[in-house]
Amino acid sequence: MSLENVQTDAEGYLANRDDWSEELATELATTMGVSLTDEHWKVLNTARAIDAESGASPGLRKISKRSETPIKAIYKLFPEGPAKAIAKIAGIPKPKSCL
Amino acid sequence: MKTILILGAGTAGTAIAHKMRRRLSNDWDVAVVDPSSTHLYQPGLLFLPFGDETEERIVRERGSTLGKGITWHKDAVKAIDTEQRRVELVEGEPLSYDFLIIASGTEIRPDMIDGMTGPGWHESVFDFYTLEGAKALQKALANFEGGRLVINVVEMPIKCPVAPLEFAFLADWYLTKRGIRDKTELVYATPLDGAFTKPLASKTLGYLLENKGIQVETEFMTGEVDSEKNLIRSYDEREVPYDLLVTIPPHMGAGFLEDTDLADELAFVATDPHTLAAKNAERVFVIGDATDLPSSKAGSVAHFQADLMTENILRAIEGKELEPTFDGHSNCFVETGHGKAMLIDFNYETEPLPGQFPIPGLGPLPLLKEARRNHWAKRLFRLVYWHGLLPARPIPISPTMSLAGKQLSAAAELGGA
Repeated sequence: MSLENVQTDAEGYLANRDDWSEELATELATTMGVSLTDEHWKVLNTARAIDAESGASPGLRKISKRSETPIKAIYKLFPEGPAKAIAKIAGIPKPKSCL
Repeated sequence: MKTILILGAGTAGTAIAHKMRRRLSNDWDVAVVDPSSTHLYQPGLLFLPFGDETEERIVRERGSTLGKGITWHKDAVKAIDTEQRRVELVEGEPLSYDFLIIASGTEIRPDMIDGMTGPGWHESVFDFYTLEGAKALQKALANFEGGRLVINVVEMPIKCPVAPLEFAFLADWYLTKRGIRDKTELVYATPLDGAFTKPLASKTLGYLLENKGIQVETEFMTGEVDSEKNLIRSYDEREVPYDLLVTIPPHMGAGFLEDTDLADELAFVATDPHTLAAKNAERVFVIGDATDLPSSKAGSVAHFQADLMTENILRAIEGKELEPTFDGHSNCFVETGHGKAMLIDFNYETEPLPGQFPIPGLGPLPLLKEARRNHWAKRLFRLVYWHGLLPARPIPISPTMSLAGKQLSAAAELGGA
């Protein structure tokens, strides 16, 4: 599944999380001006793991602790706003509240 | 004698203790561990800073909230040994259990943010999630003569996720009544991408912020509080100056859960989202704010969980399979100021929808819509809390969410609930 034929919601998040693949993530990241390195993957895989185990979109502090990547460093990896960028590229729902 | 041991006697712990006591024979000891001698009605903390609530009305002696037949160990937990099925206490002898219920909630951790607990703490920087913070804030607001009032959610998850927004709406009302609204800039700084993050709420409730003139600073991840310059600074170097800062600091689970196999990095216990059993230990259940679940950390959730958990613990005692009954149901009033409030009702899958509650077509409480009725219902809820919810008397609201009386089409128009 490539970026052209994958469904996203109005804000650009994957509509169906089963569509996610590493290739798609790389493509999505490119459209956001991010070229994925091992450091990026460590953060993205952590976010995916947290989402899979608890069903809650993970906050940055939790991602930071588990991936052993300081929040400052996460901002360098995803300079346009890591919370949304990570969710979008990792194919998980955006961080949200109940309303 | 067999023992059900409950760690924490807040909303969740007290309600489940009463439920279990009523359903179990005298062969069972139902015991709670809680070091605090009082029980705090936490929803009252939202009103106290504005002088609309008093300490006397929202604090009760813990003993009066625990019924006969419930043992209270007034002590703090040091550690849980799930292999030996034993809980170590700070002062007393260790307690053994047959089943353990973790109801130890969550607490704010201002110490996690650089500068937050510095010289400005409870001088120009306040929380309202503790009685002490809310009382200090009441004094500060009474002396406030205008300037920049900044409300900052540092990070999710937090207790009662809509409370910071309600605080902003109530502050607008309070400042208007005091005649200093036009001298005050009201700012809401959030780590999320909006004050409202669900499609329907963003669309239908955006007017509230606009009408009340509340500025929203989005995707603001607070890195430090600079209480010399009176500003908060984000990780991406944005600065928001304040004269009065109302912060909602990061939340964590209880200290005795930190760095244990039971809990995650924020000390919230890994919990099955539908059975409420702890994932990493046998004979352990988790209720209320202590879980790592995406359901709201709110009293209504604890109440619904208590109903469903009771049945699952009884199944476990009889050696039966647990049932995946909890659906993430939450139900909260949202104060919008000027004597009005909304009611929202939702679960893991379904966002808050418009409609009528609890009786379809009749209400009397409108959902996702401002009404005076909702405001009065919220204010009267304190009595329901003390006399219905805490002693776990039957309250005629289903523990699982119902779609009856809700307008599904409203969500469908926006591409799904």
